[in-house]
Amino acid sequence: MTAQTQTVTPSSRILGSRSLLLPGLFVCLLLLIGCLLWSITLGAADIDSTVVYESLFHYDTTNFDHLIIQTVRLPRVLSGMIVGASLAVSGAIMQGLTRNPLADSGILGINSGAAFAVVLAVFLLGTPSLSTYAVFGFIGAAVAAVIVYTLGSMGRGGATPLKLTLAGVILSAFLSSFTTAILIGDQETLDKIRFWTAGSLAGREMPLLLQTAPYMIAGIVGALLISRQLTTISLGEDIAKGLGQSTGWVKGIAALLVVLLSGGAVALAGPIGFVGLVIPHVVRFIVGVDYRWILPYSAVLGAILITVADVGARVVIRPQELPVGVMMAFVGAPFFIWLARWKVKR
Amino acid sequence: MAAEKQLRPSWITIRPRGLNFSYKLDRRVPLVALGIIAFTLVVLVVSINYGQYNMSVGDVVQTLLGLNRDHPDYRNFTLVVHTFRLPRIVLAFLVGMALAVSGTIMQGITRNALADPYLLGVSSGAGLAAVALIVWLKDVPAYVLPWAAFAGALITAVAIYALAWKGEGSSPIRLILVGIALEAVLASVTTIMLLFGQINDVQQAYVWLTGSVYGRNWEHVYAIGGWLLVFLPAAILMARQLNTLGLGDATAKGLGLRIEWQRGLLLIISVALAAAAVAVAGTIGFVGLVAPHVTRRLVGPSHEGLVPISALFGGALLVLADLIGRWVIAPSELPIGIVTAMIGAPYFMYLLYRSRNR
Repeated sequence: MTAQTQTVTPSSRILGSRSLLLPGLFVCLLLLIGCLLWSITLGAADIDSTVVYESLFHYDTTNFDHLIIQTVRLPRVLSGMIVGASLAVSGAIMQGLTRNPLADSGILGINSGAAFAVVLAVFLLGTPSLSTYAVFGFIGAAVAAVIVYTLGSMGRGGATPLKLTLAGVILSAFLSSFTTAILIGDQETLDKIRFWTAGSLAGREMPLLLQTAPYMIAGIVGALLISRQLTTISLGEDIAKGLGQSTGWVKGIAALLVVLLSGGAVALAGPIGFVGLVIPHVVRFIVGVDYRWILPYSAVLGAILITVADVGARVVIRPQELPVGVMMAFVGAPFFIWLARWKVKR
Repeated sequence: MAAEKQLRPSWITIRPRGLNFSYKLDRRVPLVALGIIAFTLVVLVVSINYGQYNMSVGDVVQTLLGLNRDHPDYRNFTLVVHTFRLPRIVLAFLVGMALAVSGTIMQGITRNALADPYLLGVSSGAGLAAVALIVWLKDVPAYVLPWAAFAGALITAVAIYALAWKGEGSSPIRLILVGIALEAVLASVTTIMLLFGQINDVQQAYVWLTGSVYGRNWEHVYAIGGWLLVFLPAAILMARQLNTLGLGDATAKGLGLRIEWQRGLLLIISVALAAAAVAVAGTIGFVGLVAPHVTRRLVGPSHEGLVPISALFGGALLVLADLIGRWVIAPSELPIGIVTAMIGAPYFMYLLYRSRNR
């Protein structure tokens, strides 16, 4: 069996005419900004939207509400947005690269690598702070991705989709087994880590955001720069080669971008699933198969999904909160099922 | 030499006289099957031999075959072998068989290398039911757990199939997408329980979610054995339809296959096997995903050989994993679900390396 299976090609895209694509993206951006403002107003104490506006543009350090917005809520919302954008973009890249609709950045072993490194760090060092999680998470993600890519590109033909996919699944399972062994054996570690492993934005503040955001921004910009090549390679290795593309280079760079994007995201917010898997499918239903449009739409819609899910996560059991990773499925799944039923004809 | 090699048939065809039926196997199948069976028997004896109570390998074999009834320690032997050690080993083998066959079918139907027995939500449905019982409704008696897991698995699978069904039928890609979404929802509910549950219960739930055969007895063996007795032969008989479905819906239809009907039957077989396995041993991962890939590298991609050989491979892998899990941190033990990936992954990496130029 080959992995040259179905990437989902919708029989008709929602934005049928090319001239609608750019305005559509603008509408989505406006929606994102709206979500951002809405999200800032909600929380343990609701803050009026005019106060939000003032705090953003006429920041007054003596005003308590302004202080909350600038130090707690704004960093959190921005973290969510950048994480959502990064995961969606890297998911889109991985689905194109492996030509598999079940792929996301987890396929490169990124989530399991990060989780293993973080759990090991907590187990050995016992110092749970968000910035240690971030450092170990990023290192674990990067090392796992390098191993997977090396394993997956052995031999003739380099990194074929099937080899890459299998290598990723194998390494993920291998690392997860050790992670679980630690968690089952050591109750204290399990207790400290269980909120992180669900993926959460709670308590993310400016310094951590500023540490991790550059990687993700670089990843998004890089992805947009090679979007044309990604379109070609998503048609299949043979076609890409036939069109004169140097596929080895594109695959290598794409994998590197995925590490920056998902590694940064997992460092900032923990292993968050769903968004990277689902948003690229949603976007393909809207814009078709051209990565020059898939990537920007994925970024914006991924950011919207996490922002909305995070609002839900904060308000649904106030004053406690749920991890955003959990909330996302509740927010996104019904819409996605409806979309899959409506748009997948075959 | 080369020409001579080509003349040897690479297939074995079984065609019972008088029956309108034939079965075509890759030439490597019998040898690989014998190899795996021999390996499993060796591991079985070692595994029974290993434990607190010391007995010789000869005693183990004789007790298994019932040859030493007049031995002074026979009562002890048979207690240790038949009551304590054998059931969980047999169970491990059966669970491995069920998951491997289920995964092989799922990958065949969806033509997706990442498909596994849990594609139709069996693990998330069973997991939700089990975690709810372990973490939340603690006073429910223990024997309810397998049934609840089984029911959770089946209900989820039916729900995904129903949601993916449209007027013109089911489609593999719609099944995959709906599966992703519904599983994410169930997994989220499970995560919430794991987040807010008491840490002792959460740990216990983790063990169940990883998969374990600790403390299982003959009741569990009979439970899954019954399902295998029905659905394993069914899977082997339908292997040929899997080959045809693998060519794509349009081609399969063109070749005269009633695809909705056949695919539905195969899905039922796959889900039933996976649900039975999960009910008795928890959501053991890896084996269902990897056994088909390993087997494909051993006996080629044709499903007639793939289904039975992957069953044997899955069984052997779990029997070995069970032994290692009991041995590695004795007197305590690692759940079988963890060990499966620990030993299976390096072996598969080696296979991947060996066939890197293909």
